[in-house]
Amino acid sequence: MIDVRLLKMLHGTDGNMQLRFETQIQSGEFVTLYGPSGAGKSTVLRMLAGLTDPEDGYIIANDINWFDKRQKINLRPQLRCVGMVFQEYSLFPNMTVRENLIYALEKGQSDEVVDELLDRMELGQLRLKRPSFLSGGQKQRVALARALVRTPKLLLLDEPLSALDSDIRMRLQDYILEIHHQLHLTTILVSHDYKEVVKMSDRLIVLEGGKIKREGSPDSIFDIALNKSIKY
Amino acid sequence: MPEFAPFLLTLKLAITTTLVLVIIGIPLAYWLSFRRSVLKVVVESVIGLPLVLPPSVLGFYLLLAFSPENSLGKWLDNYFDLRLVFTFQGLVVASVIYSLPFLIQSVQAGFRMIPSALIDASYTLGKSRFTTLVKVILPNMKTALITGCILAFAHTVGEFGVVLMIGGNIPHETRVISVAIYDEVQAMNYSTANLYSGILLLFSFVVLMGVYLTNYRLQKSFSQ
Repeated sequence: MIDVRLLKMLHGTDGNMQLRFETQIQSGEFVTLYGPSGAGKSTVLRMLAGLTDPEDGYIIANDINWFDKRQKINLRPQLRCVGMVFQEYSLFPNMTVRENLIYALEKGQSDEVVDELLDRMELGQLRLKRPSFLSGGQKQRVALARALVRTPKLLLLDEPLSALDSDIRMRLQDYILEIHHQLHLTTILVSHDYKEVVKMSDRLIVLEGGKIKREGSPDSIFDIALNKSIKY
Repeated sequence: MPEFAPFLLTLKLAITTTLVLVIIGIPLAYWLSFRRSVLKVVVESVIGLPLVLPPSVLGFYLLLAFSPENSLGKWLDNYFDLRLVFTFQGLVVASVIYSLPFLIQSVQAGFRMIPSALIDASYTLGKSRFTTLVKVILPNMKTALITGCILAFAHTVGEFGVVLMIGGNIPHETRVISVAIYDEVQAMNYSTANLYSGILLLFSFVVLMGVYLTNYRLQKSFSQ
């Protein structure tokens, strides 16, 4: 279980905004952060990964303190063992597909997992290609495979499918769901896409202006939204 | 009578200077690119001074600083048995200071071109700052690194004011090619000066061609 309380002042073009995010995420849960641009969704993900420092609060993941402002604990991203997939793929251009995955191996970890992941993601034939040769969908599959090499317990997906067309998007949604269940991951997805959210999430957290506005199953959230004529 | 020694000495100086610059310049440029502090502005301004100062001014102050009659020069002499005035070692130190901004600015431009998401991705894969620098950042900015090295190398070959001030004109020790050319002109040996200058001109042209060709090839190989 991940127990989170995060506070941070965000400075945007529309002025300052206090981000306040407090929730508990169960192991094996698929949670989606949903809301308009600039609501603070990606910042929450970055704070969970250790890439951005909160100003106050705590992150306790499976009884391990990743961050605690009061106790002055702030675990480096390298030690949090999360898998993260970014919107802009972030594959290393100087490495082939296989080398990108090999790079992610921990010291002493066998490279069998690399070939297994490449096969699972149907990337076997592309293993010797450089990222610049790949399509958007292929790149994101490589990024997903790379994030899984260290077998993280927490997978963070920062709008990974938003740049892809709908067919590839649907296929990748299936991949992610399959992996989430097979590897018993806890997954947090940032998404703008209503259909994607309904299809994938166990729980939805609606973030607006840095605050949690609603929380619950996708059906319940969108039913309420429909009844109250709220547009999400 | 034309000599080969000034060319060899210049080559030795330029190679040594470039190697020292790579060793100190990359960590320094990394620090300047990824750290925010007031000290950074001061360091950046000091490093950039050779870009605006006349070489003779820089050479003059280095001559004063390294002179065994002054505290720094005396300290180096007493504790390290190192004399930097009118010696090859002095030329190396002066050249490193003189060419440092050329390497630093190229490498800093390279660091700026690396998307921060690549670095974030490497950190979330458990890799340290050092591993990320060596395996992700530097290999993806080869163009900037090579450009920086070649510019620093060529700049060292072409320097005159600083080396003359700090090194003088001692054959086989400090008489580099630019000083040799000046010496030959002073002695009215125009044919020798012409030969030296022609070789230096050709060398500079080939170096610049090399920079552009390398950059072109690297850009092509990354876009494939």
